[in-house]
Amino acid sequence: MSEEIIKNIIVRENEDYIINMGPQHPSTHGVLRLEVCLQGETVKYIIPHIGYIHRGIEKMCEAITYQQIIHLTDRMDYLSAHMNNEAVCLCVENALQVEVPERVKYIRTILDELNRLASHQLWWSAFGMDLGALTTFFYGLRDREMILDIFEESFGSRLLHSFNAPGGLMHDVHPNFQKGIKDFITYFRKKLPEYDQLLTGNVIFQQRAKGIGIMSREKAIAYGVTGPSGRGSGFSCDLRKYAPYSAYDKVQFNEILYTEGDTLARYKVRMDEMWESMNIIEQLVDNIPEGDYTAKMKPIIKLPAGEYFQRVETARGELAVYIVSDGNKTPYRMKFRSPNFSNLFVMNELAAGGKIADLIAISGSLDLVIPDIDR
Amino acid sequence: MNMIFNYIREIFRAISSLWAGMRITGKYFVSPGQIVTQKYPENRATLKMQERFKGEIIMPHDENNQHRCTGCGICEMNCPNGSIEILTNRVPNADGKTERIIDKHIYHLSMCTFCGLCVKTCPSDALAFGQEFEHAVFDRKKLTKVLNQPGSSLKKEAKQ
Repeated sequence: MSEEIIKNIIVRENEDYIINMGPQHPSTHGVLRLEVCLQGETVKYIIPHIGYIHRGIEKMCEAITYQQIIHLTDRMDYLSAHMNNEAVCLCVENALQVEVPERVKYIRTILDELNRLASHQLWWSAFGMDLGALTTFFYGLRDREMILDIFEESFGSRLLHSFNAPGGLMHDVHPNFQKGIKDFITYFRKKLPEYDQLLTGNVIFQQRAKGIGIMSREKAIAYGVTGPSGRGSGFSCDLRKYAPYSAYDKVQFNEILYTEGDTLARYKVRMDEMWESMNIIEQLVDNIPEGDYTAKMKPIIKLPAGEYFQRVETARGELAVYIVSDGNKTPYRMKFRSPNFSNLFVMNELAAGGKIADLIAISGSLDLVIPDIDR
Repeated sequence: MNMIFNYIREIFRAISSLWAGMRITGKYFVSPGQIVTQKYPENRATLKMQERFKGEIIMPHDENNQHRCTGCGICEMNCPNGSIEILTNRVPNADGKTERIIDKHIYHLSMCTFCGLCVKTCPSDALAFGQEFEHAVFDRKKLTKVLNQPGSSLKKEAKQ
């Protein structure tokens, strides 16, 4: 496999006809420039240019305390803000060997899945819009609004909720939390079949997605494509199953796998994951144990000198946090392995040889969040 | 013959899939049902944010113009972006000792990321989140606010 990748290294030629997609193209969901080489309407190769919203989050983390790092991780993959927060919190808790209360584990898992639902809803809306179906945007955001209301009621913010803190949560959830979630689940179970009727069965959508951008399982593993994009190629990589954290070991759910590897398979993985997320939430929401919302933590957290590692499954794949500590209250080095970075660089393999309209469908199906790539 | 049959069947399947989608949009067109959008500028008088909404940071004052901030500086230390600055004065009190009171609690709204650490860590509950969200101004200097009102003083019984 590695020889094949080396063979695919791009060599620019003088006669190449190059156009820039982005930095502000609507289908790139952020500030990403794709240097696209065309032969007529066929894509010869793509070179992604990243770094337009590089903020140096890893370097900034070296100057601030572990509690303060949490709010920066919100701003990487803003659609899975809760999972990003949780990754750092779990890493710090493992390093200190703090046992967090059961209540915290349950609430964290519920919020993970709610956040995943909200993220997939927005992805579905935007993916339909990329392919020219503007209607999906209104239906997706209508339902996402209900999740954001639950978030706003409990955390006070809708998108960037720094709600996790090392050792537990910032404060307890709102008394209406359980009722709001149950109302939402009953509502959304009725509305999700509408998504299928609107877009999945649509003949125009089928023809633009079926057999486009086929990624083999070997290619997914070689490029480190994780999350729903990898599972669409049959790469079984769900960390909730293989390395359970929080309360994922207490729930029953299926890992969604499709083996086709095309745009439609990646689409179907996300649509099925929405059903699975609702199953997980329903198993947990009635059984949230009473108790404290945080373990007892010192006001100044100092990790013992050493290296610490934690992985979580975000809505887009595997997020890993690596902390090197020298015993101070700030980390010596902090490294995030973000899922979108790996998912972006497989795009050349998928789109080369196809039409330029397929490039839009492929970049939409990979569900890229650009601030997570640049960090 | 089989090919022509398949071709016609594909056309009918395509039309039925388009019809399935159009039926949903048509259903919502004739029966709007629950209106999910808010008419924002018109409903400003009745608009109520959630009670935990993080709009801005405020320092609650009671009816005697007294607040609870002792000027300890923990919020300033915990803020990741340096959006809080505390200027203190040392004044002699009744016992003849010098006492620290806040002169100005400066809050830079333009730098705030609403992480909530200052409100959470304040030992005397002097800070809270306000519900105001219309922060647009023409001059960014207006985003630097002094949280303690002029002439305010420390609420003594708050110290326990």
